[in-house]
Amino acid sequence: MSAITLDDVKYVASLSKIAVTDEQAARLQQELDAILGYVAQLDTLDTTSVEPTYQVTGLTNVMRDDVIIDYGTSREALLQNAPGTQDYQIKVPKVL
Amino acid sequence: MSKTIPELLAGLESGATTARQLVETALAKLEQLQPTYNIAISTARDRALARADEIDAARTAGKQLGRLAGIPFIAKDNFLTFGTATTAASKILEPFEAPYQSTAIERLEAEGAIMIAKANLDAFAHGSSTENSYFGPTKNPHDETRVPGGSSGGSAAAVALDIVPFALGTDTGGSIRLPASYCGVVGYKPTYGSVSRYGVVAMASSTDVIGPLAQTVDDAALVFDIMAGKDERDGTTLPERPASFLPTAPKPGKLKIGIIREYMGEGVAPDVRARIEERIAQLKRLGHTVEEISLPSVDLALAIYYIVVPAEVSSNLSRHDGIKYGYSAGEAKNLDEVYGLTRDQGFMPENKRRILIGTYVLSSGYYDAYYRKAQTARTMLINQFNEAFKQFDLLLGPVAPTTAFTLGENADNPLQMYLADIMTVAASLAGLPAMSVPSGTGDHNLPVGLQLIGPQRSDARLFALAKSLEEAGHE
Repeated sequence: MSAITLDDVKYVASLSKIAVTDEQAARLQQELDAILGYVAQLDTLDTTSVEPTYQVTGLTNVMRDDVIIDYGTSREALLQNAPGTQDYQIKVPKVL
Repeated sequence: MSKTIPELLAGLESGATTARQLVETALAKLEQLQPTYNIAISTARDRALARADEIDAARTAGKQLGRLAGIPFIAKDNFLTFGTATTAASKILEPFEAPYQSTAIERLEAEGAIMIAKANLDAFAHGSSTENSYFGPTKNPHDETRVPGGSSGGSAAAVALDIVPFALGTDTGGSIRLPASYCGVVGYKPTYGSVSRYGVVAMASSTDVIGPLAQTVDDAALVFDIMAGKDERDGTTLPERPASFLPTAPKPGKLKIGIIREYMGEGVAPDVRARIEERIAQLKRLGHTVEEISLPSVDLALAIYYIVVPAEVSSNLSRHDGIKYGYSAGEAKNLDEVYGLTRDQGFMPENKRRILIGTYVLSSGYYDAYYRKAQTARTMLINQFNEAFKQFDLLLGPVAPTTAFTLGENADNPLQMYLADIMTVAASLAGLPAMSVPSGTGDHNLPVGLQLIGPQRSDARLFALAKSLEEAGHE
């Protein structure tokens, strides 16, 4: 696994939708490089024929009945934190 | 002079005090200590007093009361609550008023407990020192020049300063245990899945647990008991909760306890080692068999953790978009800028580091080499713990290699900061219950915590042993 480049940093920043400045990106490159260098010690581990763990409870397909449950939360309360609303909808800048 | 939950309840039941007085006293103490220690982000005074009055009236009328009726507490500010904002110590949630409460808060309130304030934390719980808070760091109650640990630093400080008898924290990789150790209080990380995380700001969904910090083992056990159990709204909660330690509070019996050799290596400071060895000697005098065991996988746990957790963080924090709730960058001219500027301005540097690492290790071309590799290494770690628990009832070691470090000491070196978690992350990755038990002090009178780790669902056994150590006392 090679070192993370400045372009890599800018690329993942764009994937993560964080508008980092060039100055931030340069600093991040050093910091992330150090962290990735540390975690690279897993390279040497022989994990062939080992299954990955994604969760530790062993629970699968936790279901409930398909009925509406009223938890007492109002639409007003749910929308009250939105920076912009109209007609019970959240306003979004033009996408296209 | 610390008051435990039973002592406070006795005072309420005898009429010596009222819930209103307890709440007023707690808020006054918080106000007095806040400028020095920066414990809380906000208070919920009005709602707390209203609830206190309701409980006092109910008590006077002879009505049936809950097990915590009138007891004030503080919740880490990543718990959604009424009565004040829920910020996760972040600018991006600074204006956020929760439209519902977390299950944990609901269950505690159903038993009459009264939340008075939201404790400071590292923003989004990303950190080991509470220095990553948008609202400034919390100071260690034992030494203002030092960190309280993190990310539940405010919660640990609130209990250590005797403002409230218990506080709520969250632990993803050590965030209850580490501040508990640095501040000298009991800090409990339950079996993963035993307490509902509904209404708690998510960090890493496969390791996050919520738990109590308290002065005594009994108080931590009671709070855990009340919060634990399946929740329809959290699909990761266990269908059957781990067995309760209370009300019978059994003795632990003679246990076989394993000292994790890799946790007692060269990196452990001499003062910490001395306190742990005293506890080991004490456990032997109490009749337990205590032997060393080697778990080589724990040496890789931090590397696994800092791949898996940032990956999950990058997913969980993608919801913060400046559109549905929270801070939104006013100068944004289009959708992309709403996202990009809001998130750049709203997140702390550590949040961004973790999101970016997470995105990187999940991205095409790197997923197998990093994320999948880490999750297979995680399986090996879990298997090694399972093997160890065939031989031992519990495992132990320090919570951290040192006592509380100084403010700013690790600020310029993220990787150095991560090393504070080196002994706590393994239990998190395996979903195991673990506890920090106050075990005396080291140099400069700084607290040292003993870490006990058990197999999944052995919470009652951990509480039983911790209580016997508490009763046996320490130097």
